[in-house]
Amino acid sequence: MSSVLYDTPGPRAKRRNVLLSVVFFVLFALLLWWIWQTMDDKGQLRWALWEPFTESQAWTTYLLPGLGNTLKAAALAMVIALPLGALFGISRLSDHRWVRGPAGAVVELFRAIPVLLLMLFANEFYDRYTNVSSEQRPLYAVVTGLVLYNASVLAEIVRAGILSLPKGQSEAAMAIGLRKGQTMTNVLLPQAVTAMLPAIVSQLVVIVKDTALGGVMIGFTELLNTRGTLAANYANVVQSFVVVAIIFIVLNFLITSFASWLEGRLRRGKKSTGVVLGPATVEGTAATGAGGTI
Amino acid sequence: MPSPNRDQGGGTPRCPRTPPTPEAREIVFDFLSDYDDPSIWGAFWMTVKLTALSGVGSLVWGTLLAAMRVSPVPLMRGFGTAYVNIVRNIPLTVIIVFTSLGLADIFGMTMGASDFDVRGFRLAILGLVAYTAAFVCEAIRSGINTVPLGQAEAARAIGLSFSQTLGLVVLPQAFRSVIGPLANVLIALTKNTTVAAAIGVAEAALLMKEMIENEAQTLLIGAVFAFGFVVLTLPTGLVLGWLSKRLAVKR
Repeated sequence: MSSVLYDTPGPRAKRRNVLLSVVFFVLFALLLWWIWQTMDDKGQLRWALWEPFTESQAWTTYLLPGLGNTLKAAALAMVIALPLGALFGISRLSDHRWVRGPAGAVVELFRAIPVLLLMLFANEFYDRYTNVSSEQRPLYAVVTGLVLYNASVLAEIVRAGILSLPKGQSEAAMAIGLRKGQTMTNVLLPQAVTAMLPAIVSQLVVIVKDTALGGVMIGFTELLNTRGTLAANYANVVQSFVVVAIIFIVLNFLITSFASWLEGRLRRGKKSTGVVLGPATVEGTAATGAGGTI
Repeated sequence: MPSPNRDQGGGTPRCPRTPPTPEAREIVFDFLSDYDDPSIWGAFWMTVKLTALSGVGSLVWGTLLAAMRVSPVPLMRGFGTAYVNIVRNIPLTVIIVFTSLGLADIFGMTMGASDFDVRGFRLAILGLVAYTAAFVCEAIRSGINTVPLGQAEAARAIGLSFSQTLGLVVLPQAFRSVIGPLANVLIALTKNTTVAAAIGVAEAALLMKEMIENEAQTLLIGAVFAFGFVVLTLPTGLVLGWLSKRLAVKR
């Protein structure tokens, strides 16, 4: 295999690569052995600690309701943030300075604030100034924090999506006499949404991961939070962390795979203009702002 | 800890219509000086320390991971790929809470600290480095991928050796295109340090949680902390964004 960094290996390079492989394998095996030994020393490998996860009770009482709440918060946040993000993204492209300016300021501000601060603030705000019941408040606070942050990220994605379209599209629309609004809703936005779809779907990964903050900091009963209750019941802290981590990995892997399947499908499709925004493209366009997909 | 009698000033500023006399202004802002362990400055200094130390750590570990991911040894490539894909799909919160409840409490990995605060600080850095390195690795790898294959081929064609090709042609271009993506990672890291509040590290988010629960000035406190993070992230973004544009290789 040849790349920009190295040539196709010759006989000497092949020998060196084999040697490196062996050394790396030994080091890696030592690391795994050390982890296994440490787990064994602390009695963390006992089957009794892992057994609860083979029975339905741990899942139906703790993990699945937690996962349900994680998904609920993530879905709500996405559904609310998307139109808001589209609105702000389009506003930032407006011809009027008094629309473009404030929209830009709001987007940049909410991208600079950590999502945890937004959640904490929303939680306190609902507590003092609204009569949201205290059982519902954590969900409201988590969704509000996620919406404020992700709407501003999605606004950048939408803006990048519209900017990525060939200039001829809006010129042609103008030439046949469409108004600015019509150009946006009938010509640019439909194409941009198709181009942005993979990037939007991968933003779901960020949203899913951020729900866990609400579980620890404001008592929202999502997966990480119900893990605590489960571990308190079965005294299996390490094991519950492993299982919860695996659930998150599988969930996010599914979302990412769906996004790249979508990207590939759209790239092959004949109907679009051929511009497709993956997660990487958005990271690139969001150069001066807050990091895109972390 | 905040003094217990600071609620006195809390109720008064709600009254509207009074012209903002100097005393009234003092009452509105006096909660700022009631907190001295940590003060707002102290809390943000902790945020800066967390960012700087885990930034350096994740740059080192992320570069190593990137080196593995682009190396000609399949086993190393596999390890790098697996690490990145596993770690970046786990929420940072899960990783950081695990360092405290799992690594420290169960496996006794106290990072050489006897003090609870120092232990939390070091564990938070460990978690942040493990997580952020995955993104640093991807940023560096994407930077290397922007160098066209033709550059290396041309370098070999004029007779440069392997180390000359790498040192004079490929890496200088890769480093320059990596600044933008790395700046994004640094900004995200600054914001992610707030997750350390989950294991009780006395940084900005934890202080904000405490203040916002105990004081009446919800909006003002929110604004102060939001402003603090804008001050931390905006200049980083502007300076590094300008730098990455200036140094970008025109293609």
